[in-house]
Amino acid sequence: MNISDPTETFRQEARELLEQLEAGLLDLEQDPSNGDLINSAFRALHTIKGSGAMFGFTAVAEFVHEFETAFDQVRKGQSHANAALIEVALDAKDHIHLLIETPEAQVDGGEAILANLRSVIAGGAPSKAVSAAKTPETAASTDPSPVPVVKSTWRLEFYLPSDALIYGTNPILLLEELAQIGPTSVTALTDRVPELKALDPEVPYIGWRVDIEAEDPTAAIDDVFLFLRDNMELSLTRLDTPPASQASAAPAQTTTAAPTEPEPVPAPKAAAPSASASSPSPKPKAPAGADSADRAGASSLRVPAERLDELMDRVGELVIAQARLSQIAGLSSDTALKTIAEELERLSSGLRDTTMGIRMVPIGTLFSRFRRLVHDLSGELGKPIEFITTGEETELDKTMIERLADPLVHLIRNAVDHGLESAEKRAAAGKPAKGVVRLSAVYSGAEVSISVTDDGAGLDTARIRAKAEENGLITPETKLTDQELHHLIFAPGFSTAKEVTSLSGRGVGMDVVKRTIDGLRGTIDVISRPGEGSTMTLRLPLTLAIIDGMLVRVGNGRYTIPLAAVEECVELPEGIEAHAKGRNFLDIRGALVPYLRLREVFGTTAEPEPHQKVVIVSSGEGRVGLVVDQIIGNNQTVIKQLSKLHSGIKSFSGATILGDGTVALILDTAHLVAAGQSYVDRNITGRAA
Amino acid sequence: MTKTILTIDDSASIRQMVAMTLTAAGLDVIEAGNGAEGYDKATTNTVHAILTDLNMPVLNGIEFIRKYRQHPSSKGIPIILLTTESDEELKRQAKEAGATGWIVKPFKQDQLLAIIKKVTGA
Repeated sequence: MNISDPTETFRQEARELLEQLEAGLLDLEQDPSNGDLINSAFRALHTIKGSGAMFGFTAVAEFVHEFETAFDQVRKGQSHANAALIEVALDAKDHIHLLIETPEAQVDGGEAILANLRSVIAGGAPSKAVSAAKTPETAASTDPSPVPVVKSTWRLEFYLPSDALIYGTNPILLLEELAQIGPTSVTALTDRVPELKALDPEVPYIGWRVDIEAEDPTAAIDDVFLFLRDNMELSLTRLDTPPASQASAAPAQTTTAAPTEPEPVPAPKAAAPSASASSPSPKPKAPAGADSADRAGASSLRVPAERLDELMDRVGELVIAQARLSQIAGLSSDTALKTIAEELERLSSGLRDTTMGIRMVPIGTLFSRFRRLVHDLSGELGKPIEFITTGEETELDKTMIERLADPLVHLIRNAVDHGLESAEKRAAAGKPAKGVVRLSAVYSGAEVSISVTDDGAGLDTARIRAKAEENGLITPETKLTDQELHHLIFAPGFSTAKEVTSLSGRGVGMDVVKRTIDGLRGTIDVISRPGEGSTMTLRLPLTLAIIDGMLVRVGNGRYTIPLAAVEECVELPEGIEAHAKGRNFLDIRGALVPYLRLREVFGTTAEPEPHQKVVIVSSGEGRVGLVVDQIIGNNQTVIKQLSKLHSGIKSFSGATILGDGTVALILDTAHLVAAGQSYVDRNITGRAA
Repeated sequence: MTKTILTIDDSASIRQMVAMTLTAAGLDVIEAGNGAEGYDKATTNTVHAILTDLNMPVLNGIEFIRKYRQHPSSKGIPIILLTTESDEELKRQAKEAGATGWIVKPFKQDQLLAIIKKVTGA
């Protein structure tokens, strides 16, 4: 994204305005007579139209112009913002969005939407054809009659309106402009200057006589007095008689005030092509990527996301350098060094917090998108829905918010499609006809928890069980609690084609949701009560950039384990293999936990420590013990992404630079836990079968 | 002396475009997002001309012009409307309020420069 490209700014702005428009339309549905809402919708359209035309989005400008015309009727109270109108208006908004995002593509359907819009507004009322959105104002169009180039002298006399000086007209500039038409001689006309007593210094009493040598200066003079000609005195006379050959060409010699008024020759209609046919192509700047940047507050400063990332990176490195300094200062007895190290620590942690703060965006920007989703789903499925959002002000890292959009869409679709019962069933169950879907966000410690709740029937455990057995996820003998059954919906391959309705199942199953959330170092949980509904809760760290880590050593390598995943650390009992009968399980207070020897996972050859430690980590429901040589301690870790070359590596989620400048890899606990679990499955379910 | 132009528009893209055009021509540009902000900036800075949109939140273009023309520092300062309307009535109202001229959107960069030159000589 190029910050200095106004076209891109326009796109950003239009996105924001369209979102505003959509929110306004949805609000209007609830409160159809709210004048403020109507006005702000109108203004959003107006701005899109104006700017769109400026930046070459003519199709947008023309479409919006009609949309605006229609909406103007609502504004003037000649038409009502009923459900049908809002429906069409939302379609129109989507159409504008398309036109803006893909200006080079042919986007059809605009005419149909406009036709709908017109018929909804006052039942097929005024369908003014694409009206002249842009009559060229620059009166330069007074036609230059084909006169041969013969110059004559023209006498122009003018007096300015009395408020001209205060209102910013400068007679000197006018005279200078006139001088550019041709050689001039200027005389001041003082006949109207009053006596000194009556003289108002702000009034331009002086008139001007300007003799101009030109061919036919009417058009040019008209231009000079463009802003004034309506209310000033002006006369133009030709002084010398033109040569005989000319006589017929310019008969009337005196044009009085407001010459050739005011209708400029209409521009050839071809200049305004029909909305759908035209495909204006302003520089197609990669539209997709930088989408949705900062939808947040209007009074914000736009900064390219890359710059923020860069800043974050630098701050990260600063924190690391500071950590090294603290380490050295800790060993030193130099008090001056200690003082400055402490000061720097304080400053850099402040800087880090501020920088992280910049990346934080209120989640409300995301929530507002779902209102439309629920509105559409409600219409499609014929289920009346009340959609309640809370905690919009909760802030999360911007990247996180972007990546949360898809999972949340899925959860909300599920809640509406599968969660809420049909109106009849609700009536039978004695529930209000309107189903409630609640989307809320709330801080809990260093995490944010986001939940999607519906008051539907709850998860059907019998059906889940049947499906899981059918898919071979469990055997009919497997005994599971309801909670465990509920979690099966997150299992890969649980979602099957049968389950796909037109709404759900766009190739994203709950397992994909879970993977995305895992990728964000979050967790997902489900609570369901039969007949009362279900709640999906996502817990996410506030930011992706920095984590608290536990530094461990395996052989000669050092690794960081995200502290949030660590449950406890225990010693690996000596000689455990002897009793293990070939299975790697630890007995943690009665529960069997599989363990992985990281030495083996990483193929470390260095001599092992005699007393090995086990770090018990959990992810979602599973736990696994990671056997390490040494636990070094906790540290705050700035995550660096692995390069694309390393994208295939599963066990690591990133890397970090340690205080002494060496690199430690960050373990991907979700993956390791999964590896541990598959080990469990091989051994325990194998035994059970 | 470098002339300073105040551009008042609720559309950031328009402001950016105006600013780019004018700065490239060696002018200084101050930006404001609505009429109220524009009034504050116009009365606390030395400006040589003002470009204002009509349709804006908080204080619209005509309201801005009326209010600004009450202020003594507005004397002789040209105000140009940026308008999408070829609406004569709006133009008339704006002129009555004290607008100096107008430019119709969409305009080209050189049109804008021509207008600025016309009213400021810069």
